[in-house]
Amino acid sequence: MKNSRRVDLAVGAFVAAGLAALFVLAMQVSNITAFQRAEGYTIIGYFQNVGGLRERAPVRLGGVQIGRVSAIDLDQNRFEARVEITIAEGYDDLPSDTAASIRTSGLLGEQYISLDPGGMPDALSQGDEIMLTQSALVLEDIIGQFLYNQGAGGEE
Amino acid sequence: MRAKTPVPESKALIDVSALVFSRGGRLLFNGVDVTVQRGEVVAIMGPSGTGKTTLLRLIGGQLSAQSGQVEVAGQPVDTLSRRALYRLRRRMGVLFQSGALFTDLTCYDNVAFPLREHTDLPEALIRIIVLMKLEAVGLRGARDLYPSELSGGMARRVSLARALALDPEIILYDEPFAGQDPISMGALMKLIRQLNDTLGLTSVVVSHDVDETLSIADRAYVLSEGQVVESGTPEALRASESAWVRQFIDARPDGPVPFHYPAGSMADDVSEAQSQ
Amino acid sequence: MTDWLERLGSSTLSNMATLGRAILFLLRVVAGCGELVRRPRLLMRELYSVGVLTLVIIVVSGLFVGMVLSLQGYYTLVDFGAEQSLGVLVALSLTRELGPVVTALLFAGRAGSALTAEIGLMKATEQLAGMEMMAVDPERRVIAPRLIAALISLPLLAVIFTLLGIFGAYVVGTALLGVDSGAFWSQMQAQVSFADDVLNGVIKSVLFGLVAGWIAVFNGYDCMPTSQGVSRATTQTVVVTSLVVLALDFVLTALMFD
Repeated sequence: MKNSRRVDLAVGAFVAAGLAALFVLAMQVSNITAFQRAEGYTIIGYFQNVGGLRERAPVRLGGVQIGRVSAIDLDQNRFEARVEITIAEGYDDLPSDTAASIRTSGLLGEQYISLDPGGMPDALSQGDEIMLTQSALVLEDIIGQFLYNQGAGGEE
Repeated sequence: MRAKTPVPESKALIDVSALVFSRGGRLLFNGVDVTVQRGEVVAIMGPSGTGKTTLLRLIGGQLSAQSGQVEVAGQPVDTLSRRALYRLRRRMGVLFQSGALFTDLTCYDNVAFPLREHTDLPEALIRIIVLMKLEAVGLRGARDLYPSELSGGMARRVSLARALALDPEIILYDEPFAGQDPISMGALMKLIRQLNDTLGLTSVVVSHDVDETLSIADRAYVLSEGQVVESGTPEALRASESAWVRQFIDARPDGPVPFHYPAGSMADDVSEAQSQ
Repeated sequence: MTDWLERLGSSTLSNMATLGRAILFLLRVVAGCGELVRRPRLLMRELYSVGVLTLVIIVVSGLFVGMVLSLQGYYTLVDFGAEQSLGVLVALSLTRELGPVVTALLFAGRAGSALTAEIGLMKATEQLAGMEMMAVDPERRVIAPRLIAALISLPLLAVIFTLLGIFGAYVVGTALLGVDSGAFWSQMQAQVSFADDVLNGVIKSVLFGLVAGWIAVFNGYDCMPTSQGVSRATTQTVVVTSLVVLALDFVLTALMFD
């Protein structure tokens, strides 16, 4: 029982190291905020094609993540994909004519929703629909568009 | 507390009657009766493999018999609840053949182990008790050694001190003399007898060392083939006419217990080997 | 043919009997765990020998597994120009699979075998029987603290392994392979979810801890009390734990990340 203090110390350090590692995994490796039930408000967008978009995909405005895709469904009447977007609290003043498009980060990266703010004075609120949406681009479309643009003189 | 009721003087402290026990298809005991009175040193003797150690385990409640009774202090051991059995075991100490000391603890901590497990005594008091017990077996000076640093005889004495730690009424010795040099054998013999008389213990010694065991026992039982072949005082046993007891006590290689393990005739085995 | 069937039948029966004994044993041990609340000191010693002493091999292996993963992952990703996803690749592999599984395998080799051998030798040298005769229940005094220590240690070790693996991958990725350090972390943070990836990995390792500890203490407690029996039980612990962990990992992965 003499070295029991050393044992205690070592065990204490071990447990502390394990908990610290878990903390770092939570804060540095994963995004702990994703764990908290996303607080904020939900807006809805209809897309003709969501491509490879998945639930929990990031929603960005100007490259900054401001929310996540919370649900993807098929609307049976319009035959379009109904995408619920949860915007985090604090980003309350998105103009109501904000446009949403599905983009790809990098050539083969994940797909995300990019928001482009409009100019209307009133803001989007819970349950509002985004009027202007642009579907995901399939790789073939991108190539096709590229060739078309080349033919049309490279104008956007 | 039923466990504390004193046993009437007339009643044996340990009473084994009509015990039948078999293990692995082998009948070890077939109607064995053993009684041990309070204050006695009783020896159970017999050649190796007669299940003497098994008998101790039956008394300690680690095994249960197929039929027959094992009563310790008036309580039937094999029908006791776990709690009652553990309470009964606190009144028994067992000295295992190997000593069964905890190899990761010092001698001191080994002896302190049952005290720390079963009592809430302050460490200072435990220290006094442990040193007293170690002193009783003459090994107070070895308290900081680990079991691996002890000789076989010393390990058994430490184990004895540990068995005594809770001041039991009964001590069961499993082959205390096996593999001991004459000096430690003498020390153990002296201890067993002395502790029994000075502390008012009751001792059961299982052994096949005839001379040593008979010299300290009040009474002895000789087991063979699942039965008690002879019992009585050492003098009576030494004078016994039974061929079996004679072979055992006089250490004759052949007799009722054959030198050869049962086998067919040697000629058959040889001719079989040649024909292959 | 009938001979073969007979052997199959008898080995099945004996395996089922062993499984039954193991389950009853686990239930008794779990029922006896209450004493640990009263005497946390028992647990301390076992956490030391089961957890702390396994730390070295976990730290070293974690770093190297991460470094190798980084190297291999990079050469695959760079063909697609996606080397910025290196952090994601490494972090997801480690948190979900490699962290819990490799830790459990190493744990079986280092701590599980030691537990089996220790308990087996205590049985062979009559220490367990001696304890029983001293009215101390070895299942509570010896087995329960070891099982709980395994249950606590393995998740902690797995988390440490995972983190060091990511760190090793980061060092190799940024210093050796030239991946941008900002992209490494930010891509990882964006893609790795705490609830789905990190937490599921921890749940896995808790289950692995229970299984590894259970197999180790049971094999020790159930072994033949001879030197051959103890050595066989020790081997058995490593083999059975490895197989069960891998099979269980498949089931858990199928359930968690459908």
